[in-house]
Amino acid sequence: MIDSRANSKPSGLSAPPDHEFVHQKEQWEAAASRGKSRTGPGSGALDRTISDLPLKTIYGPEDVRDLDLARDLSYPGQYPYTRGIHPNMYRDRLWTMRQFAGFGNAQQTNERYHFLLSQGQMGLSVAFDMPTLMGFDSDAQQARGEVGKCGVAVDSLADMEVLFDGIDMGEITTSMTINGPACIALAQYVAAAEKKGIPRKALGGTIQADILKEYIAQKEWIFPPRPHMRIIVDMMKFCRDEMPKWNTISISGYHIREAGSTAVQELAFTLADGFAYVEAGIKAGMDVDSFASRLSFFFNAHIDFFEEICKYRAARRIYARHMRERYGAKDPRSWQLRFHTQTAGCSATAQQPENNIVRVAYEALAAVLGGTQSLHTNSMDEVLALPTEKSVEIALRTQQVLAYETNATNVVDPLGGSYFIESLTDQMEREAEAYFRQIEEFGGVIEAIEAGFFQREIADASYRYQRSLETKDRVIVGVNCFEKPEDDHGIDLLKIGDEIERGQARSVERLRAGRDAGKTQEALRRLKRACTDPADNLMPHLIECVNAYATEGEIVEAMVEVYGRYTESPAF
Amino acid sequence: MPRPLRIVVAKAGLDGHDRGAKVIARALRDAGMEVIYTGLFQTPEQIVQTAIQEDADGIGLSILSGAHMTLFPLIVEQLKAQGADDIVFFGGGTIPPEDAAELKARGVREIFTPGAPLAEIIDFVQRECGKRRELVG
Repeated sequence: MIDSRANSKPSGLSAPPDHEFVHQKEQWEAAASRGKSRTGPGSGALDRTISDLPLKTIYGPEDVRDLDLARDLSYPGQYPYTRGIHPNMYRDRLWTMRQFAGFGNAQQTNERYHFLLSQGQMGLSVAFDMPTLMGFDSDAQQARGEVGKCGVAVDSLADMEVLFDGIDMGEITTSMTINGPACIALAQYVAAAEKKGIPRKALGGTIQADILKEYIAQKEWIFPPRPHMRIIVDMMKFCRDEMPKWNTISISGYHIREAGSTAVQELAFTLADGFAYVEAGIKAGMDVDSFASRLSFFFNAHIDFFEEICKYRAARRIYARHMRERYGAKDPRSWQLRFHTQTAGCSATAQQPENNIVRVAYEALAAVLGGTQSLHTNSMDEVLALPTEKSVEIALRTQQVLAYETNATNVVDPLGGSYFIESLTDQMEREAEAYFRQIEEFGGVIEAIEAGFFQREIADASYRYQRSLETKDRVIVGVNCFEKPEDDHGIDLLKIGDEIERGQARSVERLRAGRDAGKTQEALRRLKRACTDPADNLMPHLIECVNAYATEGEIVEAMVEVYGRYTESPAF
Repeated sequence: MPRPLRIVVAKAGLDGHDRGAKVIARALRDAGMEVIYTGLFQTPEQIVQTAIQEDADGIGLSILSGAHMTLFPLIVEQLKAQGADDIVFFGGGTIPPEDAAELKARGVREIFTPGAPLAEIIDFVQRECGKRRELVG
């Protein structure tokens, strides 16, 4: 717990009371108390954020009495980075517009990537299908009906090569959203680049690899938490030594929020996960400054506009304080929380889907006012299916309008100093610290996962929220208010046919028949031996396996023989 | 007093999105039913077995991974094969209207899509599973 308020006198936004100002306040209080709160839809939640944090009608100097300008705000690019991690923020460099994309087979997705790059997108972001995310090949029984549906099917190095065909992997940065088998996807990416003659040290990008939030929220796990932490540490060491431009873990609150958490839970649980990785690295003998600058974060942009902005500001301040004070990092880059943002899928509605374009625009604005480093804007149809090219284009244009037309990027942290924003930022920091104490009482993040703590907190919050929709305390336009009878979404959807599954299953069979089986088996055998030896880094063995065209499912099976498979005890 | 309705809330395939399933499970429980939540990653065979063993009146399946056109029909087939197609089989998730219509034609009793009010789902389950209970006893 960081108590930065000890032994300091506040010097902040709170000016000494002026007689006239006090009088004005009294007059306002009298006038406001005569007002009558509106009734009807949405009026039940005037005094609470979407996450149930209390709201007042107005904020003033009395709400920021404890704020210390130097200690709590400082300037952008300076500790504790509340106002942003760069001195000039978007004046020097806009955020990276990075649309998450993947569907069907590698060939189809490769075509979408070429389209996105031709439309001004600045980086790639790979969405894998469910079997790939769970470590099953496309011809596995468990993969029935899921191949190519939620993303692209990548069974082996051969698919990865097709996925990046014609794309300069030394130039473009790539983000890969995969967790359970992240180490395998990273090995495939390295091998695919090296086959094109691009050395691993030239590769820039991010792999999500945030396994803790899988147990907490997204549920795409393979191995149990404890052995998986060893895999993470191996990846951190490998990237430190061999991939200087690669971000090793993207610590993600996005999925925690999508699973129904509040903004404070997203903030607190994500940072707690981040600190657990930092502690694992330190415990494995790594110098914190040798790996911390490669950790990045990934947050949700939900629809409660100001709460989201405060969440990002609080995240930066909490992270900086803990990294410097608690973990002793000395390099300022280790104190800076860099983050990607995606607009909230769970705020999108299947009813009147065009309205989602408007929601996404507000959410994107919140992310930018909160100082994000990169942004994915959801497409209006993603609540119904994977997005069409047309709807992805609108989503990308939404970012371009924000970046180039609105002038929202010209002033750094334009809401900084607002009584409300500073007060809410501070409150979110305090609530996150309270959660950190609770997690510590369990003994740490893994122990809290095993006790079902996060899962229960999130389920409670999501049920509370659902009830507030039932009572119409909260409104979702087109869903519980302003509905259209006979709501036909009336937009074209992208269809992924079953031929993808059959084709992908055939090509994985062909691959198995065509490769040097002895070489594949030998590579898998060596990998298994390395799994039992914590001193032997798994990454070189994984690269050997993928180069021998072992499939993802085969590699996972070999590792499961050593580590076992995780199961969750179901509760609701 | 009659025994409360028993409902299996299920997640199938590789789909880890359990927010909706858990909300529905709680809502049905709060409405007085006995709810058995299967947890994640169940096969259609396992789900039908659970429903039979638990003497369930209904099965509610949640799918948000796009695999609904495969997994819903597999459960319908399993229910028929086990002679258990009196169990009221319904579901929900991100399912486009044309797919929902086809699934209903193939034997799924109702499909609820995101935004469906809990009250509507509870009403459906009470009514349809109540009828099943009267018939089966």
